[in-house]
Amino acid sequence: MNVNATIFGQLITFVLLVWFVMKYVWAPITTMMDARTKRMADGLAAGERGKHELDLAAKRSSEVLHETKQKAAEIIAQAEKRASQIIEEAKSSAKEEGARLVVAAKADIDQEVYRAREALRQQVAALAVAGAEQILRREVDAKAHADLLAAIKTQL
Amino acid sequence: MTEQHGPLTAAEIIKEHLAHWQVGHGFWTVYLDTILFGLIAALIIAYIGRRVVKHLNPDAPTGLQNFLEMIVEFVDNQVKESFHGDSRLIAPLALTIFLWVFVMNAFDLLPVDIFDTFGIHVRMVPTDDLNTNFAMAISVFVLIVFYSIKVKGLLGFGKEFLYTPFGKYLMPINIVMKTVEELAKPLSLAMRLFGNMYAGELIFMLIALLPFYWQPLLSTPWAIFHILIITLQAFIFMILTIVYLSLAHEEH
Repeated sequence: MNVNATIFGQLITFVLLVWFVMKYVWAPITTMMDARTKRMADGLAAGERGKHELDLAAKRSSEVLHETKQKAAEIIAQAEKRASQIIEEAKSSAKEEGARLVVAAKADIDQEVYRAREALRQQVAALAVAGAEQILRREVDAKAHADLLAAIKTQL
Repeated sequence: MTEQHGPLTAAEIIKEHLAHWQVGHGFWTVYLDTILFGLIAALIIAYIGRRVVKHLNPDAPTGLQNFLEMIVEFVDNQVKESFHGDSRLIAPLALTIFLWVFVMNAFDLLPVDIFDTFGIHVRMVPTDDLNTNFAMAISVFVLIVFYSIKVKGLLGFGKEFLYTPFGKYLMPINIVMKTVEELAKPLSLAMRLFGNMYAGELIFMLIALLPFYWQPLLSTPWAIFHILIITLQAFIFMILTIVYLSLAHEEH
């Protein structure tokens, strides 16, 4: 149990072992462990980020869906409005057309009535003249009384 | 060996067992058994370390890698907790001390006389020999001085000797106190480990002297208890190394 030259041998062994452990055991293991820790942290962060992005995407998709629904409802409302407008327009134009047709028909009828009355008047005048001619055969000169006849015609 | 002397007293047997396998004289004596088993312990650590590192698998650590990772992480945490400077050397140094002391201590659990049956007497536990402990303690001491000077400068380190612990009016006493304080560090490191392991082995030897039917009854509990001491002493050596080196980095 004396301290003697053995100490140099042990010193050499110790220093070499420290060097070996430092270079070939400690360094690779701690490097690996640090890298692993970093990878785990990165993985967790990436997972967190992915989750966050998923949340955002879900929020956005629901927003888009909501917007689309709103738009669709708007379009349908517009279409309905337009449809009722078209129907309204059709109704009013049909009414107008009907009225116009009625007016035209009335005018036709009036014209027809007038024409018939005119024809009737001519015929009555002719009949009156013929009657008068029959009655007055000899003493009445048609030419001399043409004025009188015309006056009678207008009075009819 | 024992037959030549006839019946030996217990003291003589113990004395014989405490002898080293040695060459040389005086200071230049070399305890071959200490060197040999120190080297064997170092080679075991180097081999296992190398093997684990070669098959390093970051994703699915198994067996020895788990074990080594656990120790590395443990040492790393200890160093980080009490040490805030550059720990590139300190941490692996602490790990080496822990592993080497642990493996050398563990030789204590092998049967005392296992080599004597082959006709050579060796002492298998290098930490039973002050040389091993002082080799480590002196390395640590050199590092303490190195880091003290590196961090505080030669002047700063010198000032500590003059002004601490009692202030500048008690300068001569300070020098003595500080010197004792610094020298106590390697001495306590080496002596603590030596005392524990020497006592442990001595008790194993004493148990081995008892009649064979007593031996298992006593040596089994002592061996189990010794597992604790082996680990604890390795741990204490490592922790104190970290503490002393972190103290060396701090200004007073």
